[in-house]
Amino acid sequence: MRALLVLASAVLLTPCALAASPAQIKAGEAVYARCLACHSLQHDRTGPRHCGLFGRRAGSVPGFDYSDAMKHSKIVWDEKSLDRFLTAPMKVVPGTSMGYAGIEDRQERADLIAYLRDAGTKQPCAK
Amino acid sequence: MSFLILANEQPAPAARRAFLGKSGLLLSGAAVALLAGNEALAAKKGGESTEADVRILNTALGAELEAVAAYQVGAESGLLQKPVLDLAVTFQGHHKEHADVLAKTIMKLGGKPVSAKEKYSFPVETLKNQADVLRFAAMLEKGAVSAYLGAVPLFGNRDLSKAAASILGDEAMHWAVLRNALGEAPVPSAFVS
Repeated sequence: MRALLVLASAVLLTPCALAASPAQIKAGEAVYARCLACHSLQHDRTGPRHCGLFGRRAGSVPGFDYSDAMKHSKIVWDEKSLDRFLTAPMKVVPGTSMGYAGIEDRQERADLIAYLRDAGTKQPCAK
Repeated sequence: MSFLILANEQPAPAARRAFLGKSGLLLSGAAVALLAGNEALAAKKGGESTEADVRILNTALGAELEAVAAYQVGAESGLLQKPVLDLAVTFQGHHKEHADVLAKTIMKLGGKPVSAKEKYSFPVETLKNQADVLRFAAMLEKGAVSAYLGAVPLFGNRDLSKAAASILGDEAMHWAVLRNALGEAPVPSAFVS
């Protein structure tokens, strides 16, 4: 019984590990529209591409001209680091070129991250 | 498409100037134009706050230069017919003006403005007709509205916030006109995010 409770607690404490619902992914895609002046999934633009984001070390897309701050941030992108960065990019990585105040709403950040996670597994990201 | 009718029925120049004057748009434009020559800005050169402001301005400049390139792709695609083509060229001209004032302001603050890239990657393979081009442009303009909205509160210098807000308004108008051209509600909500 105790083992079951521990397992249930672990699942509840790691919501990001659960598959996102189609509704959440759709909501995240709507949030992603805010990023599209500078980013795209497939191509480097003013900001770097987002395909291959999860598990990637920050500042490591070959050929992209990152700020020194991002190159030296030692961040590896996952749900947790993205959530922190997207809350206030310039505070989390002072000196980043991403001059954006951030996304205050926790649910919007979660939706966006769920979308990015999902998009990374599909075309045009999937090989 | 109702916007086409509007595009062909421009008010006479004098009447338009009067309208713009009354609406305060001329004042806003002048505020931005003055920014690049604002001596007070030059006096504020240096310091961490100014460095951060220059970084934000340079990111905005990079995006504006990319928008200029994107409209060039649209204009040269052969997919846009008049008067939509004229509209795209007009909007491209606005982005060139934004880029110009941003570059001058960056230099005024002691920074080095980024240059246009030699090559940009756009999803040209997905642009098959005029609506595709309009949709792509609308997507970029909406993104620009959000980007400026995210930049406005960050500037240490409030004059720069004012200038960024002025550009934001222009991008929002582009977005609305492009949506209207696509037959979508030009202003889908009371707020932008």
